[in-house]
Amino acid sequence: MPVHFVFRNIVEESRLIRQRIYIAAALFILLFIIIFIRLFYLQVLQHEHFITLSQNNHIKVLPVPPLRGLIYSRDGMVLAENQPAFSLEIDPDRMDNLDQVVTNLARIVSIQDEDKERFYKLVKERRPSDKVPLRFNLDENEVAGFSVNRHRFPGVDVVARFYRRYPLQALTSHVVGYVGKIDENDLETLDKSDYLGTTHIGKLGIEKAYEDLLHGHVGHQQVEINAQGRIVRRDLPGSASPEPGKNVYLSLDISLQKIAENALAGKRGAIVAIDPNNGEVLAMVSAPAYDPNPFVNGIDAKSYKELLQSRDTPLLNRVLQGKYPPGSTIKPFLAITALAKRVRTPDDEIWCPGWFALKGNEHLYRDWKKGGHGHVNLGYAIMQSCDVYFYALANDLGISRLHDGLSDFGFGQKTGIDIGGESDGLVPSDEWKRKTYHQPWYAGETLIAGIGQGSLLATPMQLVTATAALANKGRLIPPQLAYAGKNIITGEVTRLEHNSFRQVSMYDPTYWKIITDAMVSVVHGEFGTARRSGLNAPYRFAGKTGTAQVIGVPQNEKYKKEDIPEEFQDHALFIAYAPAEAPRIAVAIIVENGGSGSGSAAPIARLLFDHYLLQQDDGQTHG
Amino acid sequence: MDDRSLVQRLHVDLQLLSGVLLLCLIGLVVLYSAGGENIEFTLRQGVRMCLGLLFMLCFAQVSPSRLERWSIWIYLLSLALLVTVLLVGHTGKGAQRWLDLGFFRFQPSELMKIAVPMMVAWLLAGENLPASLTRNLVACLVIILPVLLIVKQPDLGTALLVVVAGFSVIFIAGMSWRLLAGLFLLAASAVPVLWHFLHDYQRRRVLTFLDPEQDPLGAGYHIIQSKIAIGSGGMYGKGWLNGTQSHLEFLPERTTDFIFAVFSEEFGFMGAVLLISIYLFVVARGLNIAVSAQQTYGRLLAAGLVLTFFISVFVNIGMVTGQLPVVGVPLPLISHGGTSIVTLMVTFGILMSINSHRRMLSDQG
Repeated sequence: MPVHFVFRNIVEESRLIRQRIYIAAALFILLFIIIFIRLFYLQVLQHEHFITLSQNNHIKVLPVPPLRGLIYSRDGMVLAENQPAFSLEIDPDRMDNLDQVVTNLARIVSIQDEDKERFYKLVKERRPSDKVPLRFNLDENEVAGFSVNRHRFPGVDVVARFYRRYPLQALTSHVVGYVGKIDENDLETLDKSDYLGTTHIGKLGIEKAYEDLLHGHVGHQQVEINAQGRIVRRDLPGSASPEPGKNVYLSLDISLQKIAENALAGKRGAIVAIDPNNGEVLAMVSAPAYDPNPFVNGIDAKSYKELLQSRDTPLLNRVLQGKYPPGSTIKPFLAITALAKRVRTPDDEIWCPGWFALKGNEHLYRDWKKGGHGHVNLGYAIMQSCDVYFYALANDLGISRLHDGLSDFGFGQKTGIDIGGESDGLVPSDEWKRKTYHQPWYAGETLIAGIGQGSLLATPMQLVTATAALANKGRLIPPQLAYAGKNIITGEVTRLEHNSFRQVSMYDPTYWKIITDAMVSVVHGEFGTARRSGLNAPYRFAGKTGTAQVIGVPQNEKYKKEDIPEEFQDHALFIAYAPAEAPRIAVAIIVENGGSGSGSAAPIARLLFDHYLLQQDDGQTHG
Repeated sequence: MDDRSLVQRLHVDLQLLSGVLLLCLIGLVVLYSAGGENIEFTLRQGVRMCLGLLFMLCFAQVSPSRLERWSIWIYLLSLALLVTVLLVGHTGKGAQRWLDLGFFRFQPSELMKIAVPMMVAWLLAGENLPASLTRNLVACLVIILPVLLIVKQPDLGTALLVVVAGFSVIFIAGMSWRLLAGLFLLAASAVPVLWHFLHDYQRRRVLTFLDPEQDPLGAGYHIIQSKIAIGSGGMYGKGWLNGTQSHLEFLPERTTDFIFAVFSEEFGFMGAVLLISIYLFVVARGLNIAVSAQQTYGRLLAAGLVLTFFISVFVNIGMVTGQLPVVGVPLPLISHGGTSIVTLMVTFGILMSINSHRRMLSDQG
């Protein structure tokens, strides 16, 4: 800001400002007089007229909330529906002694402690002048019982409402999410006039992401009320119907989803399957899951605490938020990076003695196979998951190119899936370590990153998206769950737009096939790590196993599986796509503490592929 | 040594403070009734008011010359926040007015109600008044830029008040009547051009604003019910908590934009006259501070802020009594809402500072 001296004509200036302020003051007085006159007119001269109007004011315009759109799966299953139910609602504003009224009501309808607890919580959180439900799902006897006694309870009503229900319960909770009562936070962001009369709003998952589509638009109705505020007539002219919310269609295949859920029954883990051609999600399971239904009307504190404190973290969406070391499943992506950056050709061979050491450093980086793999080229290294080959490859790439290569495949960034709520994962770099730990990057860390361990972290959704890109010759497509919305009145169907894809660059396009061939040999090759899962398959598929260490094993120490508690055992991983020649499905599977990728994760992929590609029903697909 | 009282040392103006506190008190009383006798709801507003008072006290300590130096930075920061809201809001579907700071959310557009008059005052006080044509044009630009961003949110009520705040300063700084008239004509002719750039839904909003009957659940019904509430209040009102219009829920938006109707129904013409007199008192005190300020910047800013305060009161009451179209302008210090309370308190803090630092100057001289 330039500092310059201004010669001020202070007298003139002050006269000018004063003059303007006086003009403003005069204007104020004038405007205030207008307000006074207006108020005098309304409140004194027209008082008789308005007091009559206010006493006869019995026509009220009531908002009519729209019916929320339903959510369907690709195979026509209903994932979220509206169920009519009677609830007992109280207007706390009109109660002198709320506790007394609740006690009296408990003599007519059954009211449990949970109901009371939830009720008082909702009373606190409600929007001003909202009525609060005390009981849901009244049966006929209770409705009749209350109707007889209704005169005793001004401000209490039995209301028929539609409530959201998720018939598949835990099967789709991590996809569909749930709706909940509108609270003060929601109020600040939503269009108030459109939500007059609406009680619930999407809080998570599809319900939240597609709130705009699902909600619809409010209608209105003129009703006649009596002096106590009760509605005495509803069928007055001058109403407008609400515009119901759109139905939303998901690409999810529920039969596949059930197989995935069964495969993880009793375990912790994540399975996600997508169509590599367009990024549509076919199955998405995070285990264990939870039943979303209690959340709709406010889950009671005890159950919620149980869910929160469970060691299995059922509320965590492992597919989007679980951050896992990818282990050896990262190897195909590093192989491509090395090919693309011309650090390796497919035929370059190295000698694997079972260990790798950096120059001038005696620390030995071990291979999983004690005696080593001997002469290894790129294809063989992927098939056998040779660690030494990838130590050397990572070392030659260096952390900076390794970081760029993995970032090209979407690691370390959100995939952009339509329901959001994702973790970024982490692709470490020199710069990242300096920023986070104020320490330099060590060459040894690059080696560890080369076998998918260390600080490298990926979500299952990132893994499957990158795997689909392998299947697709480098086309990285953001995954998407919802593919269409349908206006149920006009029948008009709108396709939901997909985000645009991005192409991973490759020095020689024929190299894509080399990677696919190597991954096919993982499953179908004589020495492939997952050969047992490929046995007798009528189609060929490409895969890569991974086993991620949960705790570090110190140098020279023996690793005995039996000695380690369950929660510290290795995570089992598998990525795959099928059929190898023209992929229609790509999967990423993680079984937490499941041991080896070939043993626990790969067989699940086979189950999913068999079902999806052969459409066979093995009779175990019911939930 | 320092024989000034604590109040003076804290740069607090007792007249202004008592007016403000009185308004806050009335606000809580009405809010308790309008919000359905919900004590927690009322208390939360009380907490916001206390937070606001704290802000007022802080800003009273900042001398006008320091504010003058800060003007451009505060303006740029607010502008950056506004842009952030638009960018973040784009991905977050719908939530385009708010910045979530974790522990609380706030509206950067509210900040502009102070940042714009500060910036304009700084700009115009840079040379002898009346300011040159160039400076005036730059000042207009300084106003229009954030206003466009706020309209895009879209928040027409706040945008309107920011325009008022900016042009109040330009007016006080003595822009010639010919120029003022020219600006007005220019603005009028820009309307059709702007109309072209609006989204469909924004046009619909503007149309409802001009013709409330288009929105049967909204403005048209609001006005009818609001007039009934006020008129049926009569000379002395129906008594606290006895307003049927509000308690039987005929009156919409009764804790926010239409709270004046609740007040008038329950306290009648006498109550309304009293309330407006308190506003008048606060405005008069503010103008007094503006007139007796010694630095040009302080004068312009003080007058600009007071004008904005007055016009929000007038626009709100005008709309509730059915004389002006329904714009989302809350009744200052009475309507429910967080950020607006804080900005108002900051306004009063600045006024107190301008007043108190002048006295210190003359004491020394």
